[in-house]
Amino acid sequence: MSARAWLVPLLPGIVAAAGVTVYVILLLVVESQVGIAALLVAGVIAVLVAARFGAAARVGAVFAERDDILNLLVILAVLTVTGFFYEDHFVLLMVATVIIYVIACLGLNLQFGYSGVLNFAGAAFFGIGCYTAAVLTKNTGVPHLVVLVAGGVMAALIGSFLLLPVLRTHSHYSAVVTIAFGLLFKIFLEVNDTLGGPQGLRVDGMNVLGWEFNDNIEIGENFEASFYVNYIVVGLIVLGFAFAFVRRVERSWIGLNLDAMRLDETAAASFGLNITRWKITAFTLGNFLTGLAGALFAMMLGFIAPTNFTFGDSLILVSIVLLGGIGNPWGLVVATVMLIIVPEKLQAIQEYRFLLFAAMVILILLFRPEGLLPRPLRTYIPGWKPK
Amino acid sequence: MDIGLFAQYVMNGLMLGMMYALVAVGFTLFFGVMDIINFSHGDVLMVGAFGGLATYLGLTFLGVENPWVQLAAAFAVATSAMALMGALIGKFLVLPLKKAPPLNTLLITLMLGTVLRETIRLFYPRGANPQRFPSLLPTDAYSFGNFTLRVDNMMLLAAGLLAIIGIHLLINRTKLGLAIRAVAQDEDTAKTMGINFTLIVLVTFAIGSGLAAFAGILHGLYYSEVNFGMGLLLGVIGFSSAIVGGLGNIYGAIIGGFLFAALQTLGVLAMPFASAYKDVFAFGVIILIMAWRPTGLISEKISERV
Repeated sequence: MSARAWLVPLLPGIVAAAGVTVYVILLLVVESQVGIAALLVAGVIAVLVAARFGAAARVGAVFAERDDILNLLVILAVLTVTGFFYEDHFVLLMVATVIIYVIACLGLNLQFGYSGVLNFAGAAFFGIGCYTAAVLTKNTGVPHLVVLVAGGVMAALIGSFLLLPVLRTHSHYSAVVTIAFGLLFKIFLEVNDTLGGPQGLRVDGMNVLGWEFNDNIEIGENFEASFYVNYIVVGLIVLGFAFAFVRRVERSWIGLNLDAMRLDETAAASFGLNITRWKITAFTLGNFLTGLAGALFAMMLGFIAPTNFTFGDSLILVSIVLLGGIGNPWGLVVATVMLIIVPEKLQAIQEYRFLLFAAMVILILLFRPEGLLPRPLRTYIPGWKPK
Repeated sequence: MDIGLFAQYVMNGLMLGMMYALVAVGFTLFFGVMDIINFSHGDVLMVGAFGGLATYLGLTFLGVENPWVQLAAAFAVATSAMALMGALIGKFLVLPLKKAPPLNTLLITLMLGTVLRETIRLFYPRGANPQRFPSLLPTDAYSFGNFTLRVDNMMLLAAGLLAIIGIHLLINRTKLGLAIRAVAQDEDTAKTMGINFTLIVLVTFAIGSGLAAFAGILHGLYYSEVNFGMGLLLGVIGFSSAIVGGLGNIYGAIIGGFLFAALQTLGVLAMPFASAYKDVFAFGVIILIMAWRPTGLISEKISERV
């Protein structure tokens, strides 16, 4: 097969990835509020036009068929953005935050999207990861890569206290269990003096094999890159693993079981699926990913306080999952970029972000309940189409 | 323990229980007719309390100084405004999602709660800070040893009990109540009997939300303070009370409300050294109760249809 024949089918995907990269860079470069608003409007129009003329569907088809190569394209795009802003702390902080939030939301996606287990305490499990990182880096000499994993393990462990009520309850009842846990967690942090109370805790920056993540990267004399590049690279690696893992789970028989369980628990049980086992698996794995993201976030930020883990923050995580198209990891990425970067750039709406996101989710639920990028049907054989 | 101090705790517990019961009744009513949980209920209560406060401030601005007129106006405006809002929530957010998965209704009401909370925080003048709620009731007090019986608290308690009795009569003695019970029992049969389903759902939402506003003002009068975040806590507690009593059961909700208040009071009494943890304790108890009896102490009688 010639290179041409190989490249042409991929073209829509490559063009789309390049276009989105340029757009994101533009969005991050522009400082004036009017300019950002104009860019956002232009972006919405471009997407609508693309959808109207079928371009969006073609891009989607390419992504669905060749997701191996297009995954690489997306990583390239992130690295391009990082390279472009290599010394701009603020922009790189946003990029890293997006990456970390995507990891956390992948965890929620396992719970909400695949298995139908509700978790309205996402911010609490994220917070458990954060506080674990804070306590471990300050008081012990545990290697920091282990701290990352420990954050996830701790979230999964504490989450296992909720397993019994979560397993025994359904829909609204289990929602209340997690809401109560989320509120309990935040109040507990505020009144507990050992964990810093309302003032919070300081966290050490990451240090792997003597490489200090919180020092700027200096190469030679006149090249200096922001230290957030470190976190972006680690975040991307973790995200890569998490993303691949979640996709494999989705494609495998486990994902099939989870889907069956979500769609009809009674029917799934009568076909011999062990509901308890799969609910435990999804809940624990999801909390692990969320806690892992939290640990990385804490080490990057260097400071954490209970106000970062309110019920509102949990709802933002749920909004991301829902907005992106429940069960679709790619949708998560798009939704996270929107929900993290837009309010940071458009300072005018920063204060109103909870209000706007909540209103947006209400509209989505009323008019497009499947989300922005609905989850596609699973394709077992690439390129196979129903006849 | 000193009997006077004990009486004080009992009094406080009764007040709390009455408010929880009022909130829980709302949850149970909604669940009865629609089989949904309206998670914005607590925030409707909060908006109701702010509505009452705004009415009071407006009347003071207009020069109406009589506290009884102010009080009556605050109650009237807040309950009717929230009743209207409840009906609107039912019409535009809950009924359209009737056929959708339960998760969607749950999310939409949670998000509506956020919208209400944030709206008050951002757009009420200095809404991010707690607001002082005026004491409009006579503040006479009688002392019995360590126990102070305040007239205003007695009046609040009486008002709350009257509201609960009123709801009881409405549900059990009127034609409207009969229709609500019929819809709760079986929607399809109720429809074939000529009951206007949509109307009954909207009226039920109006009643429940009006009650929440009523409870909100009582809450404001009792604590002399309202803040934008109070609804979240009251909502979760009210919902838990409704669950403890068994959703769909009005008397269960009332018992649940008082039971929950008793638990909280006992928690403070038993562990005075850990009073900072009283909400942690309360939520821990909720989680435990859910683990023990997943559909409440007096559980719903359901058989799942496949």
